[in-house]
Amino acid sequence: MSAGFPILSVLRDTRSLPTLSVKEWELLIRQARAANLLAFLYHVVVDNDLENDIPVKAMLHLESVHIIALKQREAVMGEIEVLKSILNQVDAPLILLKGAAYIKADLRASKGRLMSDIDILVPQSLIGAAEKRLALNGWLGAQSDSYNQRYYRKWMHEIPPLTHVQRQTALDVHHTILPPTAKFKPDPEKLLSDIREVNSSGVFTLSPIDMVVHSATHLFHEGEFHNGLRDLVDMASLCAEFGDTEPLFWEQLVPRAKELDLIRPLFYFLRYSQKLIHAQIPNHCQQAVGSDTPSRLKLFLMDVLFTRALLPEHESCKIRFSDLARWFLYVRSHYLKMPLYLLIPHLIRKAWMSKFGDSPKAEQREAHTADDIHRAPQA
Amino acid sequence: MILDDLPYNDYKTQITGKCGLSIMTGPFAVNIRSQVQSVIDNTYLMYRNNAIAEPNELIDFHVNVDKPGGLRNFISPQIQFYFDGVQPFRPLPFQQAFPMLEWGLNLCVSATANQYLIIHAAVLEKNGAAVILPGPSGSGKSTLCAALTNSDWRLLSDELTLISLKTGQVQPLVRPVSLKNQSIDIIKKKYPSAVFTNVTDDTSKGSVAHMQAPASSIEQSKLPANARLLIFPKYVANSPFNLEQIPRGSAFMALIDNCFNYHLLGERGFTVLSNTIRATHCYTLKYSNLDEAIAQLSQLTEQELA
Repeated sequence: MSAGFPILSVLRDTRSLPTLSVKEWELLIRQARAANLLAFLYHVVVDNDLENDIPVKAMLHLESVHIIALKQREAVMGEIEVLKSILNQVDAPLILLKGAAYIKADLRASKGRLMSDIDILVPQSLIGAAEKRLALNGWLGAQSDSYNQRYYRKWMHEIPPLTHVQRQTALDVHHTILPPTAKFKPDPEKLLSDIREVNSSGVFTLSPIDMVVHSATHLFHEGEFHNGLRDLVDMASLCAEFGDTEPLFWEQLVPRAKELDLIRPLFYFLRYSQKLIHAQIPNHCQQAVGSDTPSRLKLFLMDVLFTRALLPEHESCKIRFSDLARWFLYVRSHYLKMPLYLLIPHLIRKAWMSKFGDSPKAEQREAHTADDIHRAPQA
Repeated sequence: MILDDLPYNDYKTQITGKCGLSIMTGPFAVNIRSQVQSVIDNTYLMYRNNAIAEPNELIDFHVNVDKPGGLRNFISPQIQFYFDGVQPFRPLPFQQAFPMLEWGLNLCVSATANQYLIIHAAVLEKNGAAVILPGPSGSGKSTLCAALTNSDWRLLSDELTLISLKTGQVQPLVRPVSLKNQSIDIIKKKYPSAVFTNVTDDTSKGSVAHMQAPASSIEQSKLPANARLLIFPKYVANSPFNLEQIPRGSAFMALIDNCFNYHLLGERGFTVLSNTIRATHCYTLKYSNLDEAIAQLSQLTEQELA
């Protein structure tokens, strides 16, 4: 299915890069930009010494976004130091999740990783104190109505997103892995008891395996996929790196996911990273996860949905039922988070607000434009 | 082939069609789609001298300007700008469609073209000397720019001065000149042959109209220029022409505030900006009489040449 999807051809096999025509490059850039993978693409080109084998204008776009990614990396490193000292004041460790963790730990997945917010994990018992201390230091919740505030606090795994008043950096503070009402019930203590310090810096990340499992959980439980392909690329990169550096990484991946009650999202990650970007998964790992395959009917349905929703949100990536698939997965994500007696009133409320009030979903989208971080350091 | 070579009906089929209309503006190729009549007509008028992109050109920006969906369209119709499907702005009232296209194109450039140091400034060339005119909204920068443009100066850009990180030269980005409020009538009266869009009232910047860029400036879009003068203009009612040289250090600091991506570019930004300043004489300018300003500035460029 890679015809018409140069982004997939390139993610599958970088040898296709020099064979692309100018117009294919144009489409590749558009798809990569929509998928938030343009700065990643820069590294693919440079790591393969192809700077001079691609159209000049294409290289300009890549270099241009690379400058943004570098600046962002610098900004994130700065924010990490600030956050560390704030959280240490309330005796909370700074535990980084996702992009910020990859950057701090200098993982391959951090190369060209654009991000729109910093995600951190704060132990539930310290969340109140941490939130207050963050507020004192300029990290404030966006003004949202009391319904949203209540919704986040009562039913979600994170507090409402915070933004720094001066620097405009966005911060997502998680206190657990999944919402308390979710079908799967991973124990956050298990993640917390295995965190790793990055080079005696006083800053922590999840363990290598937990990073992958956590990232997979978020991707396959979230209802929005505009960074779906990017997340797959992230995880595939983490796995490739940890497969080289961490003894028994592949052997322990499936058992650990089972222990955390998060095997299903891992299964989906392994399946769709193979299907979409031809990620290399060792046979024994595939066999180990095989016993947790969904029923054939369910798997067929999930294939239909995810192979659509995980493509870049770009007009060139719309295949039949793409929008329907995204809508269906949006509803599913809520269904996974909460039982129907909570879900139905919530969705009605959301639909009402998006038609007649300021929709929080729309605001979030706005923050995900190509230049959001570009704006931040200059504010 | 320029847009004017395309009959209106063919043009309209393209811009309203699925594949859109691809034109060149400065070093960028832009693909525009719109179903909105004011965008269709004003784009045809403003960009008539721009080249149509070659079939094998890599299009830099795919944009469209259309009504966003939703119930609100029945009450007070709005307009939205899409950069390849992404909505960087909140929607605006429907009648602001063409100005929104212009603001949107500015955003495409300023958010993605980091091969240039991008300054919020007009830039024109006379006698081989490029003159950079930075200035916030309301400073009289665009009025002066429009007047110089109509007085045989070469327009390089009205809003975005692009300085190549590679060569340090000013890269032309010749686009329509945006005028606001009283300056629209002043320029219309003074230069009756200038071609304007209709006036859009009640935007966040007041009334706005765009003036067509001269064909000769567009033709020279590939020709970079060397910055020789940096002038911070200010229109002050009834003030005599007053040009004061300022130290390069203060000019540097003032120019940083007018850059879109100075901080982003880090050391490279510093290097290219300081080289630019080093090659220029820097002034503040107060003016009220346009004729006097044009004459004096032309003379200043001759001195630069000497």
